[in-house]
Amino acid sequence: MLDKTKDPVAERDFKVVGTRPVRPDGVDKVTGRARFGADISAPGMLVGKVKRSPHAHAKLVSIDTEKALALPGVKAVVTRDDFAENKKQCDVLRNIMAREKVLYDGHAVAAVAATSATVARKALKLIEVEYDVLPHVIDVDEAMKPGAPLLHDDMITKGVDPEPETASNIAQRYEFGHGDVEKGFAEADVVVERDFKTAAAHQGYIEPHACLASFTPDGQGELWCCTQGHYAIRGFCADLLGMDISKLRVTASEIGGGFGGKTTVFLEPLALALSRKTGRPVKMVMSREEVFRASGPTASTSSRVKVGATKDGKITAGEAEFRYQGGAFKGSPVQFGAMCAFACYALENVKTVGYDVVTNRPKQAAYRAPGAPMAAFAVESVIEELAVELSIDPVELRLINAAEEGDQSSFGPTFPRIGLVETLEATKAHEHFSAPLGPNQGRGIASGYWFNFGGATSVSLNIQPDGTVALAVGTPDIGGSRASMSLMAAEELGIAYEKVKAIVADTASLGYNEVSHGSRVTFASGLATIEAARNAKKILCARAAKMWEIPEEAVEWVDGHARPAGANAGDFEPMSLADIAKVAEQTGGPISGHQEHNASGAGASFATHMVDVEVDPETGRAHVVRYTAVQDAGKAIHPSYVEGQFQGGAAQGVGWALNEEYIYNDDGRLENPGFLDYRIPVCSDLPMLDTVIVEVPNPGHPYGVRGVGETGIVPPMAAIANAVSAAAGVRMTELPMSPPKLLKAINAKKANGSA
Amino acid sequence: MSQIHVSTTLNGDPVEYLCEPDETLLDVLRDRLGLTGSKEGCGSGDCGACSVTVDGRLVCSCLVLGAEAQDREIETIEGVAQGENLHPLQQKILDHAALQCGVCTPGFIVAAKALLERNPDPSETEVRYWLAGNLCRCTGYDKIVRAVMDAAQEMRGA
Ligand code: FES
Ligand code: FES
Repeated sequence: MLDKTKDPVAERDFKVVGTRPVRPDGVDKVTGRARFGADISAPGMLVGKVKRSPHAHAKLVSIDTEKALALPGVKAVVTRDDFAENKKQCDVLRNIMAREKVLYDGHAVAAVAATSATVARKALKLIEVEYDVLPHVIDVDEAMKPGAPLLHDDMITKGVDPEPETASNIAQRYEFGHGDVEKGFAEADVVVERDFKTAAAHQGYIEPHACLASFTPDGQGELWCCTQGHYAIRGFCADLLGMDISKLRVTASEIGGGFGGKTTVFLEPLALALSRKTGRPVKMVMSREEVFRASGPTASTSSRVKVGATKDGKITAGEAEFRYQGGAFKGSPVQFGAMCAFACYALENVKTVGYDVVTNRPKQAAYRAPGAPMAAFAVESVIEELAVELSIDPVELRLINAAEEGDQSSFGPTFPRIGLVETLEATKAHEHFSAPLGPNQGRGIASGYWFNFGGATSVSLNIQPDGTVALAVGTPDIGGSRASMSLMAAEELGIAYEKVKAIVADTASLGYNEVSHGSRVTFASGLATIEAARNAKKILCARAAKMWEIPEEAVEWVDGHARPAGANAGDFEPMSLADIAKVAEQTGGPISGHQEHNASGAGASFATHMVDVEVDPETGRAHVVRYTAVQDAGKAIHPSYVEGQFQGGAAQGVGWALNEEYIYNDDGRLENPGFLDYRIPVCSDLPMLDTVIVEVPNPGHPYGVRGVGETGIVPPMAAIANAVSAAAGVRMTELPMSPPKLLKAINAKKANGSA
Repeated sequence: MSQIHVSTTLNGDPVEYLCEPDETLLDVLRDRLGLTGSKEGCGSGDCGACSVTVDGRLVCSCLVLGAEAQDREIETIEGVAQGENLHPLQQKILDHAALQCGVCTPGFIVAAKALLERNPDPSETEVRYWLAGNLCRCTGYDKIVRAVMDAAQEMRGA
C-alpha cells in the first residue's frame, strides 16, 4: 500500500489550489462577448466556401473553374494546382485538397472566395469537376481483404517481416506484449474469447471549424482560428503555403469544443491561399454537414480479445487483435489501442496486435484518449464475462489483477506511482456500489487507462507595477485551463487568485507550444507556469536583497513576501510582491518569469466507472439511470473543472455506447451528417453524473497533477455494455447498442430460449 | 434579389436593417448587427446554440427569417445582463462552473430564462426536457441543470 506520509505533495498545505473560483473568461462566456472562431470579421472580408466530392472514391480527371470565376463577385478559386507537392506533408496536403483522387464523400476539390456567401455558394455549383468513379470500401474488415479496392497503390504494410510485395489497405502492423500467452492460456481454468465491433463516432464539438485569414502582398500572413494548437496550425500552413514560419502569426480564438478534433488543418490553408490570391481577408466557416463529412471523426474498429484466468481469479494470459480504420490516410490510433488495452492489469503473459487500415472515409482525427476506448470496450467486456463465469465480483477480479507501482505495463515501461487500485477501492466504497437495482436494470463496471502527455511548452509571467500578474500561456483553453493556470501561479507566488489574469497568447508572443491534447495542459502548462513563477520569485528576492543591501541568498520567499533569512532574519520588514513591483523601475526594471521546456513525467491516469442502465425489453431502448465516475486526478487544481471533465467524458461515452455512429449508404455517402440523425446525448437522456476525484499525486509534477481530460472516456462504453448485458441478459459486443440492435439481440435470445 | 427593410426591437432598442429575403435572423444578428453571442452550431434547429426569443417565445434563430422580425421584440444573450448586473442564471452558471468551452452557454441561458419566466419552480425533469433542444458536448449537463435549479431557487426567494 502507498505510504502517504512519505509524500511531500500529499502533505503540502495548498492555499489557492483546490478552490473553485470563477474562471477569468467566465463573464465573457455568459454574456455572449467571448469571440469564437466564426465571431470575428475584417474590413473588405470575402467569404470562402469549399466544393466537396460527392463520391467515396474516384479519379479526379479535371476541374474547370472558368464559369465560376466569371460570376460577378467571385474573386478567386483555388484547387490542387494552387498547392505545391509537399513530401513532408504528403497526406495533410491531400486531405485539405484532393489531388490525384478523391478518397471520401466530402473530400475538398476546390475552394472559392466571393463577396458574399450567396455568391460563393452559386460559384461552387459552377465549378465543373469530372470524376472517374472507382469502387470503394468503408468497412475495416472488408478493406483488409485481398482484392479490396485499393486507396493507395503504393501502400506497403509496415511492421511486417518480410515486407509484403504487394500494396494493400493495411498501413502498418503493431505488436506489444511480453511473456508467453500460449503457456498462460494452458494454465487457465477459464478462457473467454470474443469478437467486438465499434462504430466511428465524431467528437461532436458544437462549434464548427472556422477561420479568418489575411495575407498581405509582402508575404505576411495572419490567421485567426478555433484550434487546440495554433502553433501546429502555423507549422502546417507555413509548410503548405511555402512561407517562413515567422511570417505567419496565428491567434487562437475561443474554442467551442475540440476533444482532439481541432488539432489539424482543414480550412486554414485554403483560406490563406484564397487570401494570398485575392489580397483580401477571407473568412471560412464549415457547416455542420461539412464537419461530419469532412473533418476527422474517430476510427471504427473490429477486434478479438481472449483472456484466461485461474479459478481464484488470477489472469494468466491476455491476447488481442485490433483492427482500426482511420479513414483515407494512414494514422488510425490502433497503436494506442493496442498499448492501452491491457494496461490496467499486471500480466505475466500478454500480447496485442494492431492493424492500421485505410478506408474511403474522412481521415480520422484524435478523439479523447485516441484508440483506448475501443480497446477498453473489448477487454473490459471480456473481464466482466470472466467475473461472471468465475463468480467473482467484477471489482474484486480487477483488484486481484490490478497494475500497481513497479509492475511492468503490457506495452513495456514499468509503472511509477499510479492510482488504479485507489479508484477501484473508491468504487467499492461508494454508496452506488451496493444500491438496489430496479426491474430491467443492470449495473456495469469498467476501468480504463490513458498515458497522458507532456511536451514542448512555453509560458511567460509578467509582474505588473501594481502587483497584479499577467500570465501568458500558449495552450488554447479548451475547458477552463486559464483558471487552473491562474490558481497555480497564485499558489506559487503566494498571492490571491484574483490578482492573476491568464491569457492565451498568439504564436508570435511565446515560444513553441504543443497542441492542447493528450491531457497535457494542466500538467505541462501548469508545470511551466510554476517554474515561471519560481523564476519570477528569484528576481523578486534579488530586488529585495538589493534594496536591503544584503546577499541574494539571504532572502527567501514566504507567503507572498520576500523575507530576510538566515543571519539577517527579522532585520527588515518583509516586502510583498506589490511592494517590490511598485519600485521595480528603480531596482532594475520590469520583473517577469518565463519557462520554456519539454515537459516529461506526465502521470498516467486511471478511472473506474459504474453505471446503472434500464433496458426496455419491448423497444430495445437502453436508458442510463445512474452514473458514477471515479478517476485519479493526481491533484485537482480546480475541482469543478476536473469533475466537468469526468462528466463530459461519461456523457460522450453514453452517446458512443448507445447511439452515435457514422452510417454510410451503398455508394459510400454519409447518410447522417447532422445532429438530428447523428444523435448525441441531450439533457433529458442523462441522469446527474456523480464523480469521485481520487488524488494519488503524480511524482512528476510539483503539485502532483495528472492530466484528467481523456481517461474519462475510456471506461464508459465497456461499463455501459456490461450494464446493458446484465439488464437484458444478452452479451452485447457491438457499438452502438442502439434500440434496433438491442431489440434484435433480446428477441434472438427469446427465440433461442423457447426453441 | 432586392433586400427587405425591417424595423424591429432588439434587446429593448429600436433597430432597422436590410436583409435578403432568405437570410436567417441568426445571420442578420451575427453578420449585419454584430451580435455574435448567438452561435451557429448546426443551422438546422438541432443544437439550440442560436436560441433567442421573439415576442417572448423561445426559437432557434437559424430557423427564423430576418424579415420575420418586423415589428417584433427580439431578445438575445446580449440583452440578458442589466448593465453591470449579471442575471442570476449567468451568475449561477459561473458559480457552478457549468461551462467548459462555453459555446453552448448563450443558448442555454436564453432557453433557461424562457423556462423560468414560465415556470419559476421547475423539477429536474422539467429542466431536462425544456433544455433537451440545447446541445452541450462538454459538460454532460449535470452542472448546467444544477445551475438552473439553483438560479430558479434564488429568483423565487428574491
Ligand atoms: S444553429 Fe440553430 S439550432 Fe443549431
Ligand atoms: S460547454 Fe462546450 S458545448 Fe457546452
